[in-house]
Amino acid sequence: MEVTFQLLRFDPLKDRQPHWETYRVELEPTDRVLDGLEAIKGQMDGTLAYRRSCAHGVCGSDAMIINGRNRLACKALVKNMKEPIRIEPMRGFKVLKDFVVDMGPFFEKYRAVKPYLIEKEARPQKERLQSQEERERFDDTTKCILCGACTTSCPSFWFNAGYVGPAAIVQAHRFIFDSRDGGAEERLSVLNNQEGVWRCRTVFNCVEACPRGINVTRAIGEVKKVIAKGGR
Amino acid sequence: MELFTWLFMRYSGVLLLFLALGHLFIMHVFNSIHQIDYDFVVRRYMALFWRGYDLCMLWLAMIHGLNGMRILIDDYLKPPWQGRSVKVLYVTGGLFLLLGTWVIICFQPAAG
Repeated sequence: MEVTFQLLRFDPLKDRQPHWETYRVELEPTDRVLDGLEAIKGQMDGTLAYRRSCAHGVCGSDAMIINGRNRLACKALVKNMKEPIRIEPMRGFKVLKDFVVDMGPFFEKYRAVKPYLIEKEARPQKERLQSQEERERFDDTTKCILCGACTTSCPSFWFNAGYVGPAAIVQAHRFIFDSRDGGAEERLSVLNNQEGVWRCRTVFNCVEACPRGINVTRAIGEVKKVIAKGGR
Repeated sequence: MELFTWLFMRYSGVLLLFLALGHLFIMHVFNSIHQIDYDFVVRRYMALFWRGYDLCMLWLAMIHGLNGMRILIDDYLKPPWQGRSVKVLYVTGGLFLLLGTWVIICFQPAAG
């Protein structure tokens, strides 16, 4: 089947403004949008720039706006897309070229919430035991692949780049509710300000955008509750 | 501070729901608007309870609304207009709040 793609192209060396370009490629209905991009780049226009790594929905490199919604190009099947398939870079980040955006500020915020285990007691001889219930408490937020689809779908982030963003809060949630972790206070102090969790207006765009089905707004709400209660 | 305002919005929202519904029923269901006149207000304000009721509603609604506006300004405007607009909002809201409080507390029926 012939599939029509409309891509929002931007080359900072040549273009003053992004512009739409149309491509038609032969694909199978079971192909993904990423396969379409690969076909365009490989057979029609080698200057097309986008990120992809595993191509199986695990690495989170190929998040982009596909038909108006943040998705992973490797998880969106062509047969499920309305034509023409319109692709834009994620909103709120500086576009470096085509669909490659500057993820630097995103990862700065990720690092700000200390997304690693902070030991609260002396290191045990064996592993740190955890019950199934304790593990279940933060199971949802362990699924995050840091693709940025949630943060770049958030209107609060579009307008205020200082907002820490849903992805960083999800990462903080993953450790705040981990019974083995002792750094909740440090993380909550980062999130308890105007640019932290309180910037969230519960728009729910992040929930729709998340390719891993994480209930992001719920996770943010749980972090708000912990702050209101004064601890876990 | 943001934690306090977040909690305030939730508690005041719930309280305002009951206060505003009570106000609506008293003014528009139990009493016809044709009965509500100066004498009605005089009779009502003889009881300290209704002055307290209106004062609660005024303060909660004004602060709830002003905080909502502050959040909107914070979301949609950038400095320096953000800070300037918030100042104008606080001064205007504060004046209306004081005016309303003054009326509720100092209201005295006219002689005769």
